[in-house]
Amino acid sequence: MKFINYLESMTGVGIYPLSSLLIFFLFFAGVMVYVIKGRKEYFDMLSQLPLSSRQKDPSTPNTTVYDEAH
Amino acid sequence: MELQKFQYDNKIVKWFAYATMFWGVVGMLAGLLAALQLAIPALNMELPYTTFGRVRPIHTNAVIFAFVGNGIFMGVYYSLQRLLKTRMFSDLLSKVHFFGWQLIIVLAAISLALGKTTGKEYAELEWPIDILITIVWVVFGWNMFGTIIRRRERHLYVAIWFYIATFVTVAMLHIVNSIEIPVSFWKSYSWYAGVQDALVQWWYGHNAVAFFLTTPYLGLMYYFLPKAANRPVYSYRLSIIHFWSLIFIYIWAGPHHLLYTAVPDWAQSLGVVFSLMLIAPSWGGMINGLLTLRGAWDKVREDVVLKFLVVAVTAYGMATFEGPMLSLKNVSAIAHYTDWIVAHVHVGALGWNGFMTFGILYWLIPKLFRTELYSKKLANMHFWIGTLGIVLYAVPMYWSGIMQSLMWKEFTPEGQLKWQFMDTVTKMIPFYVTRAIGGTLYLAGAVLMVYNIFKTIRAGSFLANENAEAPALEKVYNTHGKEHWHRWIERKPVQMMIVSLVVVAIGGIIEFVPTFLVKSNIPTIASVKPYTPLELHGRDIYVREGCYTCHSQMIRPFRSETARYGEYSKAGEFVYDHPFQWGSKRTGPDLARLGGKYPDSWHYNHMLDPTSMSPGSIMPPYPWLFDDQIDVSSTVSKIKAMKRLGVPYPENYEHAAAADMEKQAKQIAESLGKDGISVLPDREVVALIAYLQRLGTDIKHEAKKETPKP
Repeated sequence: MKFINYLESMTGVGIYPLSSLLIFFLFFAGVMVYVIKGRKEYFDMLSQLPLSSRQKDPSTPNTTVYDEAH
Repeated sequence: MELQKFQYDNKIVKWFAYATMFWGVVGMLAGLLAALQLAIPALNMELPYTTFGRVRPIHTNAVIFAFVGNGIFMGVYYSLQRLLKTRMFSDLLSKVHFFGWQLIIVLAAISLALGKTTGKEYAELEWPIDILITIVWVVFGWNMFGTIIRRRERHLYVAIWFYIATFVTVAMLHIVNSIEIPVSFWKSYSWYAGVQDALVQWWYGHNAVAFFLTTPYLGLMYYFLPKAANRPVYSYRLSIIHFWSLIFIYIWAGPHHLLYTAVPDWAQSLGVVFSLMLIAPSWGGMINGLLTLRGAWDKVREDVVLKFLVVAVTAYGMATFEGPMLSLKNVSAIAHYTDWIVAHVHVGALGWNGFMTFGILYWLIPKLFRTELYSKKLANMHFWIGTLGIVLYAVPMYWSGIMQSLMWKEFTPEGQLKWQFMDTVTKMIPFYVTRAIGGTLYLAGAVLMVYNIFKTIRAGSFLANENAEAPALEKVYNTHGKEHWHRWIERKPVQMMIVSLVVVAIGGIIEFVPTFLVKSNIPTIASVKPYTPLELHGRDIYVREGCYTCHSQMIRPFRSETARYGEYSKAGEFVYDHPFQWGSKRTGPDLARLGGKYPDSWHYNHMLDPTSMSPGSIMPPYPWLFDDQIDVSSTVSKIKAMKRLGVPYPENYEHAAAADMEKQAKQIAESLGKDGISVLPDREVVALIAYLQRLGTDIKHEAKKETPKP
């Protein structure tokens, strides 16, 4: 139950914040690339999801109308 | 393709809506009482249950977990079904969730009033309730994921990502921060001590704001704002960036609550950097919300729902600009411990959470009851009263907070502190009164809303099960060509949850692990000894009465603070503090070096009638401490629990503790006797005096020893 201080000092612990910044940067860059490269129609379709316009028109089933290809 | 017919469950939405309104009014009433008590101390009523130290946690817990909590569930249960084109996974789970959550709220209110508290802000509830929260939260998650799996819509809209991140992060925060050793059924000690406890607590506390008051409400914004404006969100791309960077960065920002404290400097800096970075995603979200209304601003003038939502999003923008600014060390030096922070949270709570909830209720109730809102005029009135209430609340608190802080720091040309602490308190009273008027207006607005909605409900007819239809989701999903990795996450709720958990866990792990493992972060001080049994009992009374709601125990290394309170606090002084009691607000003075400052009789008279010792004091009296006996039956289990946590009491000390305790209590009773006060040594006030006289003295003795003799 006790907390044991396994490491005597902070030397070398700098790798934690550094790697975290790297992780964040890479992840963020990945999201940016995805968002910039993604097709407008796809995002437009997603942004329409809360609005019920498509529901009123059952002739356009939701799984087939959108072209998933790049 | 064949259309499947199904029904949305509106009943559960209705229940949560009612609970939101009920607990909203209750929570705001508790807040108003607490606000008035600061201006008129007689309102503490000399009863333990109605004293500020217990009312304040009731207020914060009620508005956060009861008002906003039920608001979250109301919005999630409505939007989730419609975004996924399916009924909730299980009506039974929905009901268990609803009643479980209300049971938690009732138990919380009773136990906090009785003084059953862990003494950690916004996590005050004791361990049996903590376990109940965990169970009910799992029921909520089970129901949500069950619904997601049964969905008829392939894509998960961004609001649902926010719900998933909320679920998984709150679960993590709650469990990690609530690890405690039970002493009895209603008493536990935090597993962590001192600096570590502070880091974990504010990692939790800050992210309770982030993942209970912010991310779920952003999810609601991304659903209800487009619905109310009848147009899609301004930029879906921006919402993706908003989501990921917000949840990644938020989790790191906790240490900004601990600037200039005994927390290691590197952790403080990390908190500052990430808090500053938070402006970007927060404002990205705000801009996305406001620009959704581009070309529809004329509607805002007409539509009261949009009015509420626009002010809510604007308040979100203001609070999330102010937050990073407050995280700068030089700003925190002024703002911390003052009412500025109280103003800041209330811009968020009243503006962002409150107005968002009101807007959604005004939109939702007429829909559920298939009618028009009873009175648009009343709703508009609510909007203006509420807005005025926020202004009257926030402005005096900003003003007085800065004023009081500058008074604390002011020196005369001779180098003496210019103001007694009491001078700064009496200057606050008119501002406390104005703030209470602002709060009253805000509450009056909420009551108007309840009336308006009651009349709407009376005029309408409730649709418990709403018919809907949608094609079934094809089991096989064919992608054309290479699929982007993010799109794979977007379709998979479980992957979304795991990636969210990884993203939020990184920050926590990197902040805690070095503090827990690296020895040099918490330098130990040889003269710091565990509390005596009597002091331990006194400390538990200190926690029970919520003294930390008004008094800090953390002297920052500023001349103005060391001159007023004594030597600044060191990390090594708190190694036996389960839980830490650094506090976050100085309505009264800091107590870190109170020990030995006044005679025992001063404390005795002060607890009986604070104004007798410090005229003008707004501290409530604590008469019950003079009648109630110290709970000696718990001494053994308290010492045992502390030993399990690593506090170095001698072997078998739990059996010797009672004798030690009696001895120390007699000494204090004798010292009081010399000042003409006769008290039985078994009274709670004796234990409390023992604790207060111990505060900060470990280092004082050492400093004396080190002084070379002439």
